[in-house]
Amino acid sequence: MNVLGKYKSVVSARSTDKEILKASQDGGIVTSLFAYALEQGIIDGAVLAGPSSRPWQPQPFVATTRAELLKARGTKYNICPQISMLKEATRSYGLDKVGIVGVPCQIQATRKAQLYPIGMRDVPDKIALVVGIYCMEVFPYKGMQLIVEDHAGQKLQSVKKMEIGKGKFTVITERGNVTQLPLKVTHKYEQPGCHVCLDYVANTADVSTGSVGSPDGWSTVFVRSRIGEDVWGKAMAAGCFETKPIDQVKPGLEMVTKLATEKITKNQKTVDERAHFGVGKALRNPYI
Amino acid sequence: MANKITVGHVHMSGCTGCLVSLADNYLGLIKILDDYADLVYGLTLADVRHIPEMDVALVEGSVCIQDHESVEDIKTARKKAKIVVAVGGCAASGNINRFDRGGQHNQPQHESYVPISDLIDVDVFIPGCAPTPQMIRNVCVMAYLLLRGSDDQKALAAKYLKPLMALAKNPIASKANFNTLMQEVINVGLCMGCGSCAGACPVRAISMEFGKPQGARDLCINCGACYSQCPRSFFHFEVMDEYEAITDIINGAMK
Repeated sequence: MNVLGKYKSVVSARSTDKEILKASQDGGIVTSLFAYALEQGIIDGAVLAGPSSRPWQPQPFVATTRAELLKARGTKYNICPQISMLKEATRSYGLDKVGIVGVPCQIQATRKAQLYPIGMRDVPDKIALVVGIYCMEVFPYKGMQLIVEDHAGQKLQSVKKMEIGKGKFTVITERGNVTQLPLKVTHKYEQPGCHVCLDYVANTADVSTGSVGSPDGWSTVFVRSRIGEDVWGKAMAAGCFETKPIDQVKPGLEMVTKLATEKITKNQKTVDERAHFGVGKALRNPYI
Repeated sequence: MANKITVGHVHMSGCTGCLVSLADNYLGLIKILDDYADLVYGLTLADVRHIPEMDVALVEGSVCIQDHESVEDIKTARKKAKIVVAVGGCAASGNINRFDRGGQHNQPQHESYVPISDLIDVDVFIPGCAPTPQMIRNVCVMAYLLLRGSDDQKALAAKYLKPLMALAKNPIASKANFNTLMQEVINVGLCMGCGSCAGACPVRAISMEFGKPQGARDLCINCGACYSQCPRSFFHFEVMDEYEAITDIINGAMK
């Protein structure tokens, strides 16, 4: 299995938009790409993970302006059911060209909604730009709360940024306190449904991106489909991003391949173990 | 165009919403009828009294087992059609005819209704209430490719239709409702909270609470959309990884 999926090109990139970079997780790729697509009429709105009434609990919403897009900057590391708003975006919001961002399972769900639109009336032809984010796993809200409050000893309200990288879960507060936890501590809080996921870099997105493989403040970007190539090409021509060839940055594509292989190997094992989970009884395998 | 397949619409106890959904392909329906399929049977649409031989029977509605004529019709449809497709929740999983009326009151009649797979073998399920125009369109195009396409197209259509054929053979799918999603996905540790089920539910019976589906079972109408839309009910990489090529084929066929 090709762990990185099909792609046409891969680069290390960073947004040139200072306002977006101010609160972006890494290179500001997702927000910048949607901002460009919105401005050019490639999309007329996007389903994103925005803030809710609880600190750090994301809530899916439909953004139709740049100001709304900006609210969704940054990674939240807990579950946000974007796909629940996919049909709604074409209905209540009346969008004809929908952008959507999601982790690999949500991109899988989006493509399933396009190919098998069983309950997704009029959705397949209205999806205009699908941006995927690399994902190892997410946490349920309560799990994340335990990590931040019990293990890192910080109030969720006071957290400015969370980061997973280099084997650590990092919590940075508004006042500048930095707490790092080894991922060994956080593993048990992961969402179980993540452990059967066989996709790390959103193999079927138009464009997929994440920090892994690129230097701090930059993102690794895979351009995968015709739509992805078209939109990314136009955004580049418009000066939305600065880029570096992926083979000239550290740690580079090798790191992406390594993590993708790790995730898929580990989770394939979980899927295989489910086949003989009980005594002569299997737990269901969604992939066969 | 020569070499079209023959299709019939067989109407059991349903609301005609599935047929309206087929028609909601607008010019796409004209294209299907022009190039791929002759409609050889259909209430109000084709002036034919008895169910004729056909390649594909699109069956809408559940069967009322006290109605002798309906029971005979569905048996005839099975005998006369090469492929029987259960179009929509009523035919596939019983839907509102299961007396889960989406919160409505009981009604005084005493008839009993079963999904068609309780009486005959069904080849393909298209769940949902109503099934979407695009889903019916995709199955029509794929059925044409399966029966009349080149070897490559036949192989592709077979791969595409495989999960929908598996649903038709799965007793769980013919009883599908929100509980099915609960038992087959959530209870067995597969749910990752993407929200597909909530997005797919036609009666807004599903909300997402702390990232997981919460079903209002009083509202559930047994259409099966949530379960079959879920990427963890079926997801075949050999199909999904080719989404771009398959979308091209479908769009190309509808041009």
